Amino acid sequence: MDEFVLIFRHEDGNKVASPEQIQIWMKQTMDWIGGIAAQNKFVSGTGLPFADAKIVGHGGVVTNGPFGEIKETIGGFITVKADSVEEAVEFAKGCPVLQGPGNTVEVRKIAKNDGVH
Amino acid sequence: MQTQELIPHLFRTEYSKIISVLCRRFGFDQMETAEDIASDTFLTAAQAWSYKGIPSNPTAWLYNVAKNKAKNHLQRNTIFESKVSPEIKTDDAYEQDIDLSPKNITDSQLQMMFAICHPAIQPEAQIGLSLRILCGFGIDEVAEAFLASKETINKRLFRAKEKIRNENIKIEMPNLAEMDNRLENVLTTIYLLFSEGYYSVSQNQVLRKDLCFEAMRLCHMLIENESTNKPPVNALLSLMYFHASRFEARTDQNGGLILYDDQDTNLWNQDLVAKGAWYLNQATTGNRLSKYHLEASIAYWHTQKTDTKEKWENILQLYNRLLQIAYSPVAALNRTFALAKANSPEEAIIEAEKLQLTGNQFYYTLLGELYTGIDYEQAKSNFEKALTLIKTPADTAIIQSKIDRLTQMR
Repeated sequence: MDEFVLIFRHEDGNKVASPEQIQIWMKQTMDWIGGIAAQNKFVSGTGLPFADAKIVGHGGVVTNGPFGEIKETIGGFITVKADSVEEAVEFAKGCPVLQGPGNTVEVRKIAKNDGVH
Repeated sequence: MQTQELIPHLFRTEYSKIISVLCRRFGFDQMETAEDIASDTFLTAAQAWSYKGIPSNPTAWLYNVAKNKAKNHLQRNTIFESKVSPEIKTDDAYEQDIDLSPKNITDSQLQMMFAICHPAIQPEAQIGLSLRILCGFGIDEVAEAFLASKETINKRLFRAKEKIRNENIKIEMPNLAEMDNRLENVLTTIYLLFSEGYYSVSQNQVLRKDLCFEAMRLCHMLIENESTNKPPVNALLSLMYFHASRFEARTDQNGGLILYDDQDTNLWNQDLVAKGAWYLNQATTGNRLSKYHLEASIAYWHTQKTDTKEKWENILQLYNRLLQIAYSPVAALNRTFALAKANSPEEAIIEAEKLQLTGNQFYYTLLGELYTGIDYEQAKSNFEKALTLIKTPADTAIIQSKIDRLTQMR
């Protein structure tokens, strides 16, 4: 069985929704992750708060993340176990982030420590 | 109390103390000797007390006899050794007193607990040894708890003791760096011990309750000791109190299981609920959330009699988190039940069918429950699949009554 990381890209929720709406998304996300964990396919994961985000560029130039303007910012990720990329994609389809138009979940296989990757 | 009642009672409470102290004094490799001396002490008591009457302080009497027997043993050993190898200086061992002070008893029992729960020993053997050595259960009681023969249990305990000797496991507290890891093992064993009593198929209610209370007593010992009084220990004790609060309500007079929804909530012991809440509160220090914290919180919500959305939403979120750190099929099934209550049965059916726990009777029972009132055929066929996997007559009766109810509803 392989491990895949599901990367969420979306706008800063605090900019587009009320605290109540965010709470609903939070519950949906927890239920979604709980459903994957109930199949014993959850490995790990975390949200990535937009506050205090920095970008370190070439030559050590540090800027604040321009997240307000950018729709597709990484807002979090989880790692799952799956037999195939198709199974991982099925997990991704349930991600509540996808309710927002333009939002995406990127599915990437994790390189095994086998000296090839 | 008469001698024939008093001795079994004292055996349960004092046997394990004497063994722990002697084992620590002699070393684990002489465990059989320690057991012989302890058993011998009770035999002497049974004989002496039946014609001389019960002494005014029976416990002190037992300790005295155990001490003398232990000293005789050490003396014999020392004489033997000094004859075989005269160059070895006479050990002052037999001069030393056998220390049966309350502090040394507690220390010895705690150290014994860590020794028995050493990761090198199989979990089943750990529970068996705990029952025998830490809880003073007789071999026949251990056998009944496991629904195994005495020979099987004797063999299992013998192998475990052999393992202790071969691995050279010491009777001592782990050092600070190792404490959390080793404590984890001790907690697992205590929880298994409790579950053995709580979920066992044995019909002996008294024995089962004893198993639960012994597990709680061992957990109490850890809490009373400063170096082991950690948040997960308090969380585990809290969890056990919450479960124990429903002990009277969960079985009928014939020992048949009564499901949560059908229990008489007046039989839930509010005193034990309050104790559980107290220890859960004690557990909220530190920054590590153990599975016992989550399980205790889930158990707390189950002690609430109301059937509100809030209750089930809380339970659902706790299961969501529990499954992320400690997956188990039981938690997965319970989580899906909470999902049905908090969200909707339709959503829960979709989630349940993803679990594919096709060898598990409770998987089909859950599906049967979820389909009840939604799809008669599906509900019935799932309950029937559960029937084919069931192992006890009590469970068969429960499922059969669900099928009957289903037919009436139609």
